[in-house]
Amino acid sequence: MRTVVNKFTWKIGGEAGFGVNSSGLLFSKYITRNGLFAFEYSEYPSLIRGGHQTSQITIDSVPVFSEHFTVDVLLALNKASVELHKNELSKNSAIIYDSAQFSLSTPQELLGNKSSNVLFIGVPLTELAIKAANLNILRNTVGIGASLALLGGELDLLFKLIEEEFGKKDQSVIDMNCLAIQSGYDFVRSQFGGVCDAFMYKMQKVDENENRMVISGNEALGVGAIKGGVQFYAGYPMTPSSTLLGYMAAKQYDYDIVVKHAEDEIAVCNMTVGASFAGARAMCATSGGGFALMEEGIGLAAITETPLTIVEVQRPGPATGLPTWTDQGDLRFVIHASQGEFLRVVIAPGDMHECYVAIQKALNLAEKYQLPVIVMSDKWLSESHATVETFTDEIPIERGKLILKSEDMQTSLKYSTDLFSRYMTTNDGVSPRTIPGVEGGIFLANSDEHEEHGYTSEDSDVRIEQVDKRMMKLHHVLKELAEPIIYGDEGSSILLVGWGSTKGPILEAMKLVEIEIDSSVAFIHFVNVWPFPKEFVKEKFEKYRRIILVENNSQGQLGGLIAQMTSCHIHEKWLKYDGRPFWPEELKQKIIDVIEMK
Amino acid sequence: MDIHKLKNLNTKHKPSWCPGCGDFSIWHSLKKTIVELGWTPHEFCVVYDIGCSGNMCSFVNAYGFHGLHGRSLPVAAGIKMSNHELPLIIVGGDGGLLGEGMGHMVHFIRANHDVTLFLHDNQIYGLTTGQTSPTTEKGIKTKSNPHGGIEIPINPLTLAITAGATFVARGYAGDPEFTQQLMRKAIDHKGFSIIDIFQPCVTFNNHNTYSWFREHAYYLSDQEYDRSDKLAAYGKSIESEKLPLGVIYEDTSRKTYEEELTQLSKGPLVKQSITQRDVNKLLQEFM
Repeated sequence: MRTVVNKFTWKIGGEAGFGVNSSGLLFSKYITRNGLFAFEYSEYPSLIRGGHQTSQITIDSVPVFSEHFTVDVLLALNKASVELHKNELSKNSAIIYDSAQFSLSTPQELLGNKSSNVLFIGVPLTELAIKAANLNILRNTVGIGASLALLGGELDLLFKLIEEEFGKKDQSVIDMNCLAIQSGYDFVRSQFGGVCDAFMYKMQKVDENENRMVISGNEALGVGAIKGGVQFYAGYPMTPSSTLLGYMAAKQYDYDIVVKHAEDEIAVCNMTVGASFAGARAMCATSGGGFALMEEGIGLAAITETPLTIVEVQRPGPATGLPTWTDQGDLRFVIHASQGEFLRVVIAPGDMHECYVAIQKALNLAEKYQLPVIVMSDKWLSESHATVETFTDEIPIERGKLILKSEDMQTSLKYSTDLFSRYMTTNDGVSPRTIPGVEGGIFLANSDEHEEHGYTSEDSDVRIEQVDKRMMKLHHVLKELAEPIIYGDEGSSILLVGWGSTKGPILEAMKLVEIEIDSSVAFIHFVNVWPFPKEFVKEKFEKYRRIILVENNSQGQLGGLIAQMTSCHIHEKWLKYDGRPFWPEELKQKIIDVIEMK
Repeated sequence: MDIHKLKNLNTKHKPSWCPGCGDFSIWHSLKKTIVELGWTPHEFCVVYDIGCSGNMCSFVNAYGFHGLHGRSLPVAAGIKMSNHELPLIIVGGDGGLLGEGMGHMVHFIRANHDVTLFLHDNQIYGLTTGQTSPTTEKGIKTKSNPHGGIEIPINPLTLAITAGATFVARGYAGDPEFTQQLMRKAIDHKGFSIIDIFQPCVTFNNHNTYSWFREHAYYLSDQEYDRSDKLAAYGKSIESEKLPLGVIYEDTSRKTYEEELTQLSKGPLVKQSITQRDVNKLLQEFM
């Protein structure tokens, strides 16, 4: 049997409370320390009793953009993990299972003839955990040790990582974890040594790398927000945005950020608007349901021209929908949310690094153009972890025409002693903005239509002037937004079209296509979705014979937007709306079929 | 009273309220209180809800935020958390604050921001021309309840005490001087203060009129009970045959929300400079 080095998928499954997520994260970090790349994706379905959880990690010696569907090593902490995931196993895979807790029938019985090469490695995980540390909850850690014995990983790097992870805790915690790992490792080496040596998938250290990170989309947004100078953050827990609230709350004292868990998302949005009006750099985050509640507040920010940055982490709707799964069903909703017509910016980062950059740019754009900016993510991007190079971007903080101090008021800006023309018309539609306390800068932020000082006006000319003024920002904002990037073979006649998080599975699929048939397609990826770059798109689309839309929703919402803005109708659509991300394998096959048909 | 300073608080816009509306009196009391406090227009901020009371936004020369119906409180909370040195007043009505904004009301009160709320309580929706409000008496016929409302009214005083308000009072637009005195006490109070101000709506509420209030309200004497006694205050707040006017409850012991935020020990957020932060320490945690 040939050996496949540093290219496999490892998956751990078990009940909630078994430490599935923490094991996935530890394994990903370990992989990364070996100079390899990992992409970790977790599922926690809410419908199965006991709260079944999984974490699956695809490993490669080059960057991984998405987890794979096919599993090469399954670490089953309970029997359900085998039953639920047996169909995901590759031909020469292995199942490491807790033989202290349950037994498995023969491979033939369990998997049928097709999977006769699957190794069954029974390890009494719970028993070994109790023996090593007197703690059954360390069964997951024993399982990692067992996995390394099978894959040929070095233990020293893992011990070092454990020491760092638990460094702040008691030495006994470190010792217990290391003992647990060692016992799993030793058991497999002694009982299955020969089988392990013959196992198809192996890992090998490339170099000891301590500079790459393992980070999730929400963590990248959190670090980006802190880097970008956020002072006020409001939130209300809603999966899958809650981990961002948790991250900001954990760091609030270190960076003097006021983090407010408000009573609902209506309050969250209005508080953020209030904070921003007062002069703080402010943002909030939610998922689709919370965003629905925020809508009126977004219009409030628009008409009062108060900077507002919102993160919308999508999950499948409508209503409560599928709370812990992924979807891209909110694009049109976010672009059109709230009554009336007004300008907003919608940014949809496609990976962890783009999350880090997007939130900083969003904060800048919101303040510079005094309008709502929405950053869109989704469950898959927000909670998955990837190995990435550490972030080194320096994006200067821009606050636009903000006047924070009385001494910064130019006399020319003062209309009279106390009246300031906050909503005066300007060339770019953006007017100077003062904050309460600034002498000579008094104005009213008014949810009613208003004249240049902010006072209510229902005058026809004033209405037209103010609507046009606010809309005038469009051309200037559009110039600041980077155009979509084209990946792959730009000269191909086939173009895939996607936005936001589908970038990961699409790029990973293209990688697989290249390996398999040494061929590629072009892929246009939209990060800046709105305002829409219609001229760019019109020009690019003309060059492709076959254009295929790839979206994680049922209606092809970006496709609808493209048709509306460019009159270009994309007829071929690969849509997925079962709450799961696209698997690179399924996209790979579709792409190969398309390439070979031409 | 310095007339020039008082006039300086006006804008070029004349109030649009109906002649005889209680809002005129509250507006005057508010301006007089501000002059008395010695605040200049750029040094404070008023957040207005939507309704007849909120229309005051165009008649006060000061920094202002005229928010959404029922949502003025979270806006005010955001402002206060960002700049706790900025004196902040909220003006709103029984419809917005106790109807659409009731959820915010309870949470805003329990936070104890150092903010003063003037609740213009006319027991009716005036700006939408006369529908039942959360404080309309049971059985009063209105456009939305032509056969009389079924619900009993909300008692803003009891509600405020229950939610944890640290200063609760009731004023009356028919007595501007008295209301002005209450306003001063409310603003001087450290923590959240609310004055439920009876405000006759001369156009759409022909039940709770000036003469009705003269018959049904009375002034509390300072000696009557200990204002820090919550139980006694509860008892006073639920009196219904004769309605007490004055300070109902006061708790001077509790810290304000902003005093509890250690992030603000270096000063208000808006006075802390925003420089690009060094996040290397954070990035290290992911390595």
